[in-house]
Amino acid sequence: MGYPHAPHPRETLVLSKYFGDREAIGLDGWRKRGGYVALEKALAMAPADIVGIVKDSGLRGRGGAGFPTGLKWSFMKPGDGKPHYLCCNADESEPGTFKDREIMRWTPHALIEGCAIGSYAIGAETCYIYIRGEFTEPLERMEAAVREARAAGIIGPNAMGTGKRIDVWVHKGAGAYICGEETAMMNSLEGKRGNPRIKPPFPAVAGVFGQPTTINNVETLAAVPHILNNGADWYKNFSRPDNPKSTGTKLWSVCGNVARPGNYEVVMGFPFKDFLYDLCGGPPPGRKFKAVIPGGSSVPIMNMEEAETALMDYEGMVVKGSMLGSAGCIVIDDAQCMVKQIARLARFYAHESCAQCTQCREGTAWTTKIMERIEAGEGTMADFDTLLEIGENMTGKTICVLSDSCAVPVISGIQKWRDEFEAHITGKRCPFRAAAAA
Amino acid sequence: MATSKEMGGVHAESHAVHGTAGHAHGEPHEPVFVGERRKQLDELLTRYPTKMATLLPALWMVQEDRGWISEAAMAEVGQVLSLTPAYVKGVVTFYTMYHQHPVGKYFIQVCTTSPCNVCGAEDVARAFLKHTKCGELGVTSDDGRFTVIEVECLGACGFATPVMINADFIESVTPEKVPALLTKLT
Repeated sequence: MGYPHAPHPRETLVLSKYFGDREAIGLDGWRKRGGYVALEKALAMAPADIVGIVKDSGLRGRGGAGFPTGLKWSFMKPGDGKPHYLCCNADESEPGTFKDREIMRWTPHALIEGCAIGSYAIGAETCYIYIRGEFTEPLERMEAAVREARAAGIIGPNAMGTGKRIDVWVHKGAGAYICGEETAMMNSLEGKRGNPRIKPPFPAVAGVFGQPTTINNVETLAAVPHILNNGADWYKNFSRPDNPKSTGTKLWSVCGNVARPGNYEVVMGFPFKDFLYDLCGGPPPGRKFKAVIPGGSSVPIMNMEEAETALMDYEGMVVKGSMLGSAGCIVIDDAQCMVKQIARLARFYAHESCAQCTQCREGTAWTTKIMERIEAGEGTMADFDTLLEIGENMTGKTICVLSDSCAVPVISGIQKWRDEFEAHITGKRCPFRAAAAA
Repeated sequence: MATSKEMGGVHAESHAVHGTAGHAHGEPHEPVFVGERRKQLDELLTRYPTKMATLLPALWMVQEDRGWISEAAMAEVGQVLSLTPAYVKGVVTFYTMYHQHPVGKYFIQVCTTSPCNVCGAEDVARAFLKHTKCGELGVTSDDGRFTVIEVECLGACGFATPVMINADFIESVTPEKVPALLTKLT
């Protein structure tokens, strides 16, 4: 199968095996493909044993932070007499990222199965899948799958006839990037403005509705049934021999100026150069790659020297000065103006700031104004210091990391493409726009 | 723990909805949450431990039925969920997908964030403005049919440029495809 194009032979298809397969969407088709076997197995196990297997597998959060999933689950204390909640973060809104969308469109039952196993493992009777409002088709498919699974008794008051209650509900967001931040998501779910909360208390202590809560990304939860079916060792083997800290397969969303944009699933540690030129087909005809943002717009921008020597796992990206993040890989070619694109990213963060922290509200707005001024040919050499100073004031000083995320591309840009900034300032216009007009 | 008592000032058990009061367009507000809608909301209320948690879904119901969320509708939602109109408005204004004013019959959202931007998304937005005769972003066309806005990342970056027309999500739109897309709309 494969979507939007046939899989490359060097991919390792676990999560994306049925992308593009219409029969996998419904319950019958999903059962024929091995669906809900892992849930049945899980419900016969002790929750602590499930947590143990997930810990052993090395699975880490696929939403961006890369926190070990089994460890996160182990923070939920069984028998504390409180209702526990699982929240599945399906707010996928980090620019460059579109992997959870395909999981939900093509294999909605895989996510429900992961949610049900996760709920049982952390002692939760209720799981909310928070999906961004713009994902109309994934929402429809998830809602239909929840109805099917509930009607079949897989989830609900008597999940798979075990007498255990596992409710899974879909909750629709309403347009706010910040609601992908876990504490903002919980506020949004409670019917509030999506402002992030100060931590502590951490969600495992006081999360949604003030109760112990675990928040996991779609891809993280969708990987869990495979780990239960095949074992922790099977999953651990998907890694490079010298780095046991990143395990499993990883979905990479690839977009921007690249011959074959789309989702790719490769093992942790895959060489980034092969990935970009072989799997993704290299740059568009007649162009060269200039920059890559490997993990969604919030991670540092790589130049090609960094990207072409990087290995695709959590540690491999850090060694080259960036981060794996959400694995939303934005590729930028030599026909693009870095100043313009960084200004556009700053505008994104200014638009999406919830505005409760001063450094973020003011910093994202001023960064945008200055970046757009430079792009328009009206910048000065003093703007470099101003941008870097604002960036420093925006980093590590706010409730959540949206503010930091706005500063990241600006700092990378000034470090690595200072010549492009200077050309705008000295030439008093955008050299790319001038070239296009000539 | 945030119990309902601690959410200070947002609950109003007996807040009355006064007919046309607060309705910007001078027409009486027909209640949304009657009949089938009321049943749907009651079912939703069983899924959450608080009434407030159904606020976003309730606002979606209003917008689906009325096309936008008026102040009178906010007051109705507040009454139904025991929240003050001010609290409801605070939530409505936070989320970009809720319309606080009527919009065109076809609400067109073009993603122009960086991944789509490097693939020419601004040209797509310009093509929509031209062919809908809206002229400007956020302005509804004279015939009331179209409103075009630029939207931040729609989460379909590999299919640049994604465009939403009401609830329809269209992938890989180019400026050349825009006239045909508009012709399909009745």
